[in-house]
Amino acid sequence: MARDPGEKSNMQTDLKINGTVHHLNADTRTTLLDALRNHLGLTGTKKGCDHGQCGACTVIVNGRRINACLTLACMHDGDQIITIEGLGEPGALSPLQQAFVAHDGFQCGFCTPGQICSATAMLTEIAEGWPSRVSEDLTGHVAATIAEISERMSGNLCRCAAYPNIIDAILEMADGQTAGTTG
Amino acid sequence: MKPFDYQRAADTSTAARAAAKGAMMIAGGTNLLDLMKLQVLTPDSLIDITRLGLDGIEPTKEGGLRIGALVTNSDLAADMAVRRSWPMLAQALLAGASGQLRNKATTGGNLLQRTRCYYFYDTAAPCNKRMPGSGCSAIGGATRLHAILGASAQCIATHPSDMAVAMLALDAAVEIEGVSGECRTLPLNDLYCLPGDTPHIETTLAPGDLITAVVLPPARPGRQTYRKVRDRASYAFALVSVAARIDIVDTRITAATLAFGGIAPRPWRDDAVEQALIGQPPTRATFETAADTLLAEAVPMDGNAFKVPLLRRTLIATLTTLSDGGQS
Repeated sequence: MARDPGEKSNMQTDLKINGTVHHLNADTRTTLLDALRNHLGLTGTKKGCDHGQCGACTVIVNGRRINACLTLACMHDGDQIITIEGLGEPGALSPLQQAFVAHDGFQCGFCTPGQICSATAMLTEIAEGWPSRVSEDLTGHVAATIAEISERMSGNLCRCAAYPNIIDAILEMADGQTAGTTG
Repeated sequence: MKPFDYQRAADTSTAARAAAKGAMMIAGGTNLLDLMKLQVLTPDSLIDITRLGLDGIEPTKEGGLRIGALVTNSDLAADMAVRRSWPMLAQALLAGASGQLRNKATTGGNLLQRTRCYYFYDTAAPCNKRMPGSGCSAIGGATRLHAILGASAQCIATHPSDMAVAMLALDAAVEIEGVSGECRTLPLNDLYCLPGDTPHIETTLAPGDLITAVVLPPARPGRQTYRKVRDRASYAFALVSVAARIDIVDTRITAATLAFGGIAPRPWRDDAVEQALIGQPPTRATFETAADTLLAEAVPMDGNAFKVPLLRRTLIATLTTLSDGGQS
C-alpha cells in the first residue's frame, strides 16, 4: 500500500560517539552524516558530495572507516563511532593531526577531517596486513609507500590538490608506526 | 529520499517475508541509499538484514570456500585463503570502489548492485530499466560506460561489478533462501539475465529470495589474475576488465576460464573463447583467435567503439602475462 507522502517514520537509535552514548530520535531517512551534523552538533564531519564520492564525511565505525553519507543512522544502533572530534581537539591533537599541521596537508581544510579519519583507519588496515590494488605481493608484507597511500586514500578527494603534503603527513605517521613496531 | 518504514530483521524468514511483501533489503546500503537519495528507487519500506550473522568465511568439505552474503568486500579481499588460493578475487575486490565503500559493501549486495548508466540515474531521462517502456536514452547518447556485447534495442547498460566478474571466472555458485524457507544453490552464471525486451528484470531471483552465501569451488591449477582498465588509476568503474585463469602443461593450454567486465549487461562469459584456447599452444596467434572469438558479435556505438580494440589488447596482454610472456 502506498504511503502518505507527508507521513514520516521515526526511529530511536543509541549511538556511542567518541565514547559518549547519544539517544537519537530521528526520521528513518536520516543519514549518519546528517545525524552527526544536524542532530548532535558534531560539525567536524563534513558534507561534500553526499554520494560517497568525495570522502569528506569519512568517520570510523567499529574500527572501520566508512562514508557517513551512505549509511542510515538507524542502522547503527549500538555501534561505536569515532569522528574527527574524537581523534583530537585544539591543544590535544592526535599525532596524525599534528603531522597534517607540520606538513601543511591542506589549504581550505574542508576535506581535512575526512582525510584524517580515513588515514587513521587506513594505517590500521596496513598494520593488519591488508593488501591493496598496487601491492606487488597479495600475501606479503605491506609497506606504506607513496603508491600504496595514494591508492588507499583514493576515496578522499582534495579540491585544493594538497595531495603531496597529505601523503607526506601520512608517510610520517606510517614511518613512526613501523619504527614503533620494530623498535 | 521519500519517507519509508524501517525494520531490522531478526532472522532470514522475517527478511524474506518482508521482501516478498515489497520491502527492499538493505545491507551495506552504499548503492541503494545513493539511488534513494536521487529517487531512482523509492521503496516504501526497508528491511535491514545486516544483523543476520551471514558474515562468515569458511572452508567447504570439498576444499572450496563458503562466503557469507554479508562479508564485506574489505574482509573478503583481506582473507588469507582468498589471497592465496583465489587471488583474482582479491585483486578484483581491491580494484573496486574506495577503501570506505569496501568496508560497507557486502558480497550479496555487490552481486546485486545496479548499473551506473548515466540515464538510469537521471530521473528526467527515459530509461527502460527504471521505467519500462519509456525508451533508452543511452542509445544515441553518451555510451562510454556502455555495453558492446549482450545488449538489446531496449537497454545497453553494463553491470558494474568487478567482484562478480572474478567469481564468474571461478565458477562460483550462489546460495539462496526462498520466502518459504527452502534453500537452493544456483550457479552464478544463472543468476543474471540479459536485458532483451525486459531490461528491468536483471536476475532470476524471485520476490523474497535472500542470497545467503557465495560458494567457491576448490582452487584449480594454473595462474590467474584480474586486469581492469579504467579512466583513472583508482576509484573508477571498469571500461573493460578481464578475469582469467589458464593452465599450461607441456606447451599446451590445458584449462582456461575467463570472464569479462565493463562490456555487457551482466558479468560476461563465453565458452567459445575458452574453447579457442584449450588444447592450443600459448602463442600470440592463439590469443588473437580467442579475442576475435570474443568480439565477433560485438555491437559498438560511437561512444564505446574504443572498447573493441581495448578489450582485444587487454585480453591478449592478460593471457600473455599469465603464460610467462607467451611463445613466439
